[in-house]
Amino acid sequence: MTAYAETLARQAPRVRRVNWSPYLVGAGIGVLSWVAFAVFGDPLGVTTAYSRIASIFAVPVIGADAVAANSYWKSMPLKWDYGVWFLVGIPLGAFMSAVTSGTWRIELVPEVWKERFGPSVVKRFAAAFLGGIVIMYGARLAGGCTSGHGISGGLQLAVSSWVFLGVMFATGLAVSAVLFRKS
Amino acid sequence: MTAIIAVLGPILMGTLFGFLLQRGRVTSCNVIEDQFRLRDFTVLKVMGTAIIVGGLGVLLLIDTGGTKYYVKDANMLGVALGAALFGIGMVVYGYCPGTALGAIATGSVHALVGALGMIVGAILYALSFDWVKSHVLNAWALGKVRLPDVTGIPDMAWFAILAVGAAAFFWRVETSEAKKA
Repeated sequence: MTAYAETLARQAPRVRRVNWSPYLVGAGIGVLSWVAFAVFGDPLGVTTAYSRIASIFAVPVIGADAVAANSYWKSMPLKWDYGVWFLVGIPLGAFMSAVTSGTWRIELVPEVWKERFGPSVVKRFAAAFLGGIVIMYGARLAGGCTSGHGISGGLQLAVSSWVFLGVMFATGLAVSAVLFRKS
Repeated sequence: MTAIIAVLGPILMGTLFGFLLQRGRVTSCNVIEDQFRLRDFTVLKVMGTAIIVGGLGVLLLIDTGGTKYYVKDANMLGVALGAALFGIGMVVYGYCPGTALGAIATGSVHALVGALGMIVGAILYALSFDWVKSHVLNAWALGKVRLPDVTGIPDMAWFAILAVGAAAFFWRVETSEAKKA
């Protein structure tokens, strides 16, 4: 524990140097939104394209015919459009940032999780998998995620998006309070 | 737009977005979990600034005919239920869908496992879509409404309220963080 704290202390000045101010990053995403609206006519968003791609994975599970007949994927068919290429870019950019800032590392169990739930990789993977199912089902039901609703919808002052932001944060705070309660 | 730009344009946009997310530390599960534990306000700082800076620019663009609104339907029951599930998923998974894709590329293997879960979630939604559409999405459906429409408060006033509120909130957060450090 002491060794870990010492490592943190040693790394702290470096971490501060490579990380940008959250306000600067937020402003950058805001400016990126201007370009998305004005040049591409397609606000920043993630889960619509994610749903399109998921139809590929559904083919071996429920069969190509069932996917083709599904009313949701009829309204949202697989196509290599703006949103899908945007998704390809996100990991590219994050990878470039992590490598150039020296912060790339394999992470099996994150620190915050480890402190509360222990070092079990199986436990963390199971929670991530189940959490992933719930978050994507919720995103599709709400019609967007933290990008499409939270940022793109929030900045347009959309009623749906501010309801999303309010309910999402309130639920997250409540779940977190239960999950991370001091036992 | 030529075919090459139609591919490279969005890839470049995504790359800049992913780069910003990583530099802003929101591709870290720890940072997101600590936001919901009220120990680290990075997520709110990034989102709040993005909404205000982005919104003022988009408002100006709309006023000058440079773009239009892309507002999502306010199917209130669906949005509220979906947002609640999203909040649960975000705490258990530790990411939102966008930051998860960034996190995978920074070496977070558990983010990749969760991304497979997200594919399962998308498939489950598609399979249940007919039922959801007829039972949930049509409940309290208000259409593509904006806050200025339903409140009568004009756009600029909304942004003024948001900016002043955010500035006051972030000033408090910065002051208490400086005290702790």
